[in-house]
Amino acid sequence: MKLSREQVLHIALLARLGLTETEVDRLSEQLSDILESFEVLQQVDTTGIPPTAQSITLQNVMKDDEDTASLPQSEILANAPQRDGSFFRVRAVLE
Amino acid sequence: MIPDHNRLTIHQAHKLLKTKQLSSVELTKASLERIRQVEPKVQALVTVTEELALKQAQKADELIATGDIHPLTGIPIVIKDNMCTKGIRTTCSSKMLENFVPPYDATVVEKLNDCGVVVVGKSNMDEFAMGSSTEHSALFPTHNPWDLSRVPGGSSGGSAVAVAAGETIYALGSDTGGSIRQPAGFCSVTGLKPTYGRVSRYGLVAFASSLDQIGPLTQDVTDCALVLNAIAGYDTRDSTSVPYPTPDYTQCLTNDINRLHIGVPKEYFVEGMQAEVEIAIRAAIHKLEELGARVEWEVALPHTPYALAAYYIIAPSEASANLARYDGVKYGFSYQDADSMWEAMEKTRQYGFGAEVKRRIMLGTYALSAGYYDAWYLKAQKVRTLIRQEFDQAFDKFDALVTPTSPTVPFKIGEKVDDPLQMYLADVCTLPINIAGLPAISIPAGFANGLPIGMQIIGKPFAEETLLKIAHAYQQATEWHKRKPPI
Repeated sequence: MKLSREQVLHIALLARLGLTETEVDRLSEQLSDILESFEVLQQVDTTGIPPTAQSITLQNVMKDDEDTASLPQSEILANAPQRDGSFFRVRAVLE
Repeated sequence: MIPDHNRLTIHQAHKLLKTKQLSSVELTKASLERIRQVEPKVQALVTVTEELALKQAQKADELIATGDIHPLTGIPIVIKDNMCTKGIRTTCSSKMLENFVPPYDATVVEKLNDCGVVVVGKSNMDEFAMGSSTEHSALFPTHNPWDLSRVPGGSSGGSAVAVAAGETIYALGSDTGGSIRQPAGFCSVTGLKPTYGRVSRYGLVAFASSLDQIGPLTQDVTDCALVLNAIAGYDTRDSTSVPYPTPDYTQCLTNDINRLHIGVPKEYFVEGMQAEVEIAIRAAIHKLEELGARVEWEVALPHTPYALAAYYIIAPSEASANLARYDGVKYGFSYQDADSMWEAMEKTRQYGFGAEVKRRIMLGTYALSAGYYDAWYLKAQKVRTLIRQEFDQAFDKFDALVTPTSPTVPFKIGEKVDDPLQMYLADVCTLPINIAGLPAISIPAGFANGLPIGMQIIGKPFAEETLLKIAHAYQQATEWHKRKPPI
């Protein structure tokens, strides 16, 4: 399992993760090594075995749609890097 | 005069507080003084909450004066820095959240505050709980109090060290693949990962949501039961917490392990395991046999060798989704000098995340991406099923399984930090338990050249009582957990 620089850059784009040139090289090498050692998974016969996404049997947990107190706007916005009055300030999506 | 406040257990301190031989303020000041003394050497804490602690201690003393108090009232605790504490910064030891101050408390924090605890600090960890040595903290590394040149384990390394070094009486950690048990083993403290669903994860910064679980790090099993009593239970705000009744976990500490059937899975005595660890764990299991347990050696769990790969596909996949929220818009680090929205987001994540977090986001994104999903993520989830089935079958026969917590004693700082695969192997004995969602405890079981060795006891889902019972019987018959580091 060899991960090329191009593949690393493609994954980084999917993850919206900026990487330096050095990081791209290092990740290409490290992820290749990691995935190569994880090839052992392919040795396991999983024919007819369902996947497990979580380990408890609870499913479709529902609750009543009730009005409850929410946090004050000022506290929610207190950690905002950029704000404008009572709004989060974001950059233009379309330019 | 009480000899050494910093070495009291919860149950000892509670007795002294209740009989007014000691006040919470005295106990808290002793803890803060000990922090001043050893923190420069061990660096276990990201934040020391002195002012808050003294305020909480005063309040606890007022409660104590009125009479009926909870076993945790007035007793110092350290909380891992990935659990939200209202008004106290919660960093996850990441540049991304270095200045993040949560507007609410995690459910566990809320529950503990209701008991009248005294929070003395927030502990260092591997960034976003991704690591096995606390070296991946973006803030600073933590040192093992048994040998300062060695790692304390991780990711709850700061919590384990704070307890071992006497900075606090107990701590909370979180465990996704061993992050409570492995540092507990490395620092010679008692650490419990409850069954997935037993403790609410609301307010725990998410790493891998199907594996994460909060639990206590304490000086003995009785304390562990007391803390579990306080934090366990259903929470409407975490739909993966289970609506099962919670027993009083101290009731099972009877010392009677007669007829309990214990299995020893041979695959956990892995290649590359240190001889001293194997010798100590086999001796500890013989001790359990002496105490009345029926032990079957050489139990087979043949899918164990695939657990590591399955875990390191599943956990990073979930992490890559969970960490997508760090976009520099709502909270956390935000890169401002970009020309576009996308550039701002990419640079925010480039500078906000450390090397291991980036590695896992990349690995997880790859395993979930079109064309690779079936071969990696789905395959790992199917192997997860097989591992769980294998445990279920073993538990048809056994009450508990016993293994080493780690294949080695604590390693040197710097030894594995640049070799991700070697670092991942440090979790080889603990991560299968998260994959299966089982409860497990690590307790001190010996030393090799002055370095701690931990024993892991694994139980059926929601059978924490069996684990506590066995671990307690072992601690009543041994002294390992009473040894304290020479610091």
